[in-house]
Amino acid sequence: MRDVAVVATAQHQVAALTGTTEVQLMVPLLNAVRDAIGLTQADIGFTCSGSSDFLAGQAFSFVHTLDAVGSVPPICESHVEMDGAFALYEAWVKIQTGAADTALVYGYGKSSPGSLRDVLALQLDPYYVAPLWPTADAVAALQARLLLESGVSGAGELAEIAVRSMRHAVGSPHAVRSSADVTVADVLAEAPVADPLRPSDIAAEADGGCAVVLAAGDLARGLCERPAWIRGIDHRIDAHGLGVRDLTRSPSAAAAAVGAGAGDDRLDFAELHGLYTSQEAILVRELDLDDDLLVNPSGGALAGNTTMAAGLMRIAEAAARISAGEGDRALAHATSGPCLQQNLVCVLEGE
Amino acid sequence: MSDPDVPPSALSGDVTLPAVLRDVEPVRSVRTPIRLEYSVTAGSAAEAYLRAYAEKRIVGHRSPVDGAVFIPPRGVDPRYGQETAEEVELAHTGHVGSFCVTHLPIPGRSDLVPPYVSAWIHLDGSAIGFLGLVAGCANEDVRIGMRVRAVWKPDGELGPTSESILHWEPTGEPDVPFERAGNRAWRAGGPDGRDGRQERGDA
Repeated sequence: MRDVAVVATAQHQVAALTGTTEVQLMVPLLNAVRDAIGLTQADIGFTCSGSSDFLAGQAFSFVHTLDAVGSVPPICESHVEMDGAFALYEAWVKIQTGAADTALVYGYGKSSPGSLRDVLALQLDPYYVAPLWPTADAVAALQARLLLESGVSGAGELAEIAVRSMRHAVGSPHAVRSSADVTVADVLAEAPVADPLRPSDIAAEADGGCAVVLAAGDLARGLCERPAWIRGIDHRIDAHGLGVRDLTRSPSAAAAAVGAGAGDDRLDFAELHGLYTSQEAILVRELDLDDDLLVNPSGGALAGNTTMAAGLMRIAEAAARISAGEGDRALAHATSGPCLQQNLVCVLEGE
Repeated sequence: MSDPDVPPSALSGDVTLPAVLRDVEPVRSVRTPIRLEYSVTAGSAAEAYLRAYAEKRIVGHRSPVDGAVFIPPRGVDPRYGQETAEEVELAHTGHVGSFCVTHLPIPGRSDLVPPYVSAWIHLDGSAIGFLGLVAGCANEDVRIGMRVRAVWKPDGELGPTSESILHWEPTGEPDVPFERAGNRAWRAGGPDGRDGRQERGDA
C-alpha cells in the first residue's frame, strides 16, 4: 500500500449562502488548498467531488462546479452523488493504483434553496416509502425512538451529546450552532420536532463546501510540514430497507472501523458525522470509542451539517488538527443514506 | 403529453400473474408524483446579467487571466478556475458562430413558428458565444459569420430576463470570414500564445 496523506484543507460553512452560487463558493476554497501547498491544477493527478443536484435544484450543478476547478488543460476527474468523504475514498484508491500521486477532493452543498427534509425522502425506496414523503427527521425519529425504548440510550444521554456539540463549537470557525452555557435541562425543555427528537438533537442545517488535497509518500512530506497520513480507510453498507435492519445498530459502521484499523492503537480524538444525537450515540458504540475519548472537538456535524460535505469536513477537521500538532491519531467518520445506512471510517495519523 | 390514464405501451399487453393473483385485477402501473420546490438565488454574477436586460444592456465578465470576456457571466473563468468580477458592457452586435434550423416549438412562444433558427451569437468583444434566435431573413440565408444585431422588446416590456431580446436580425454588413468566426477565447494562453482579444482585433 502507498502512504497517502491529507496535505491541505479548506472549508466554508454558513447557515445559508445568499447571493453566492455553488461555483462562486468553491473558487476560493479550491484556490486556497492549492495555494497552501504551492500547487496548481496542472500538478493535480486526479480530481474527485461529491455533491447532489437535488439540493439546490439545479440540473448538472456538479458539472457546472468544474468551472471552479479550472479544466484547461483538460483534467482527470470523477464525481460521486455522495458526501465528499466518499469522493476522497475514490481518490485514495486512484492513488493506490499508481495512476495519480496527488488528488484534489471536494464536496459541497447548497440545500437552502429547497426543503432538505423533503429532498432526502427521495433517497428512500421509490415505490414503497418515498411516495409517503416521510421527512428526514421523521425517519431518524423512528431510529431514536427504538434506541430509547430499547433502553440502549436515555434522553439524558442524547441531550448531553447536544450540549457537548454546542460547547465544542464555540470558537469553531465553521460551526453554525454553538453555545457556551446551554445545559442538558435546556435541551430537555425544548418541544420535540419529531418526537423524541428535539431541535438540538437535529444537526444544524448549513450550506458550504470543503476541499482537501491528498498526496503520496515523500511528495506529501515535501508539501506539508506535518501531513495527516491515512493509516486506514474503509466503507461499508447496510441494507437499504429500513424495515430489514435493527435500527439501534449500525453494523456497517462497526465493520468500517475494523477495516480501517481504528482499534489498533490509541486514538486522541474522533470526528463523527452523526446527523442526530441518536446517531452519535449509536456511532460511539459501534466504533467502540472509549468513554473518555474527545469526540467532535469541532462540534461535529451536529454543529453544522452541509449535506454532501459534512463527512469530508470531518476528515478535514481531523487532518487540520493533526497537522497543527493538536493530536497524533484520530478517527474521522462519514455517513450516507438514511439511519446510518452506509459508513466510512478514516484513521489519520501524524508522524 | 401522454395521457396519464393510459398505461405505457410496455405494460399494455397481458400480464402473466402467479396463481394466487390470477383472479385479482393486475396492478399495471404505479404513479408516484414527485414535486420539489426551490427558491433559487441566481448569484451576484447572474443577477447583474439579468438586471442589465431590463435596462437594455448586455453585460459579460472579463477574465483577470488574459482579458477574455465571457457571456453570460458566471463569476468565474472556467478555464482556470479564477474568480471574475470586472463587468463589461457588450455591443448589441455580433456574428453567427453556428446555427441550426429547429422544427420544435418553444413553449410560451406562439409567435415563433417552426422551423426557426437557433444560433450561437458571438457578440463583438465577447470571447464566447451564447444562444439566441435569428430572424428577419429567410432561414436558408442564415450562415456562419453573418453579422447580426439585437432586436429588443419595446422599452415598456423589458425585464430582468434574456427574453428581453426577441431575436437577432442581419445587419447587412460583410460576413466575418468563416475561419475567424466562432469561439476564439479557448486559444488565448494556448500553446500558440495567441491572445483572444488580438485574435478578433478588439481593443
